[in-house]
Amino acid sequence: MLKLENISIQLGSFQLNDINLELEKGDYYVLLGKSGVGKTVLLEIIAGLINPDKGRVFLNNEDITEKKIQKRKVGIVFQDYSVFPHLTVKQNIEYSLKGKKISKSEKDALTNEYAEITNVSHLLNRGTQNLSGGELQRVALARMLVTKPECLLLDEPLASLDVQLKGDLRNLLRKINQNGTTILHVTHDYEEAIALSKKVAVMHEGEIIQKGFTKEVFRQPANKFVANFTGIKNFFFADFSSINIAKINNSIEIHVSNIDEISNGKIIICGEEIILSQDKLESSATNNFKGHIKQIIPYLMNYEIIVDIGIVLSAVISEESLNKFSFKENSECWVSFKSSAIKIIH
Amino acid sequence: MNNSKNTPLIFTLLGGLILVFILGPLIGMFLETTPLQLFETAKDREVTDSIWLTLRVSFLSTLFFAIGAIPLSYFLARTKFRFKRLINGIVDLPVIIPHSAAGIAILGFISRDSALGQVASSFGLNFVGHPIGIGLAMAFVSIPFLINAARDGFENVPVRLEKTALNLGASPVRVFFTISLPLAWKNILSGLIMMFARGLSEFGAVVIVAYHPMITPVLIYERFGAFGLKYARPVSVVFILVCLVFFVFLRTLSKDKNSSNA
Repeated sequence: MLKLENISIQLGSFQLNDINLELEKGDYYVLLGKSGVGKTVLLEIIAGLINPDKGRVFLNNEDITEKKIQKRKVGIVFQDYSVFPHLTVKQNIEYSLKGKKISKSEKDALTNEYAEITNVSHLLNRGTQNLSGGELQRVALARMLVTKPECLLLDEPLASLDVQLKGDLRNLLRKINQNGTTILHVTHDYEEAIALSKKVAVMHEGEIIQKGFTKEVFRQPANKFVANFTGIKNFFFADFSSINIAKINNSIEIHVSNIDEISNGKIIICGEEIILSQDKLESSATNNFKGHIKQIIPYLMNYEIIVDIGIVLSAVISEESLNKFSFKENSECWVSFKSSAIKIIH
Repeated sequence: MNNSKNTPLIFTLLGGLILVFILGPLIGMFLETTPLQLFETAKDREVTDSIWLTLRVSFLSTLFFAIGAIPLSYFLARTKFRFKRLINGIVDLPVIIPHSAAGIAILGFISRDSALGQVASSFGLNFVGHPIGIGLAMAFVSIPFLINAARDGFENVPVRLEKTALNLGASPVRVFFTISLPLAWKNILSGLIMMFARGLSEFGAVVIVAYHPMITPVLIYERFGAFGLKYARPVSVVFILVCLVFFVFLRTLSKDKNSSNA
């Protein structure tokens, strides 16, 4: 449906290198990456606002690289919404309908239809100056959807919204996608990718370093950057020179269940399955290490304990456990986990 | 905003002196003009004709040159090119050169010997000593005010709004008229008012291009030369009052427009 072929561009010191991406009709594709890696530039290239130095953009097998912005049928919604401040909500939504050969009643019907979908019907006659971030985002979406784009490009659409509004807007985006609109959504937030996308591509330093179905990318990160960026902790490269032993950084040895008998690969140790204790435990856990607590990070429901056992691990414990065992930063503790808590990635 | 209590006293005193310097001569001129003199001057046909001519020519030349100046401002605000600073410098040139020299330059440009003058002659027109010549001289010295204000206005319009409009299917011309121009309008209107006001007050360039028909600044100069201060003063006061009325009216209009946009 939408295909990017070897897109490259140099903008000052920043560059995009050989970006290849393919979206099928109805896809919800998330482009995941830190700020400044070129996600927005890529969207602007697809929308025709910037010309790439190299590469082609195809929409429904038609090369649209040189096509005028107005004729592309690709709609972009920017992070700052770009709602026209001198127009009312209604005038914003019907902006693209002006000059089209449709009657006023049809224009009104379309405006009302998309205002209803995006839940801004009650704001139609209002100016845009005093609208909240969530309302502005909805107006921007309605204004773009009314053009019936073949593909919708969203630049960090949830970045500046509070938690409640994020939830509402996620539901709206799901609904828009379920109605058949193909979406390419750019974000730095892996939770958005998990919540919304079918497929994901991870960008780093102007390149796509991993792409595929969201579940696969999150289950099998290609490298430490992807693992960290997708919220996965305790990701390590390991040598499996001895049977059922994973050697990390040529120093620490961990017991694993290496059923496939691979010689090297990646492992993820599940933070929830790491047990911390003041004294060494007598248990069935095959991995027991003395560690140094470097940091204790509070979360809403639990605590993350960063502990150094030769490699730095992240363990998750409840508030009750933290109080019971009086773990403190810069103190010692014992770390235990079973080999079944370790996932080996080929 | 800083509280005036935080402003050093010396700043207030020095600032007050500057205000006295601006207002003192004007107030003195008003005080030395009797109501009868004002009434007689306001009835003087030569004076009223010259005031109407000055207002009309400055207004029309502002409107006429805005047709080219606003697109130029947009171009300067949006386009990056090699000699942009040079072009910006050229735009400011009329502000820094002596206005009598500007008049000489304009005269050379529109006299019967020049290409433009010859074209005008073929239509039976002579710009020298004609309201068109006056308008050209006024525009020459006042157009930087419009171009600079409009350029600042366009620069303040986020490029992303224009990109969004393009992405919504609007042509570049429609984007200009529906997004860029309305959003920069506050600055443009301010520039138009400043250009108009500067045109009204121009003397140096106009007197060289057209002594007759007489615009009010030239008339004031003539009355001063021929009859002295006593006869030049009432004309000055009447002209200042008329200019003030127009200036306040236009500023109020622009303020209403701005507040309705808010």
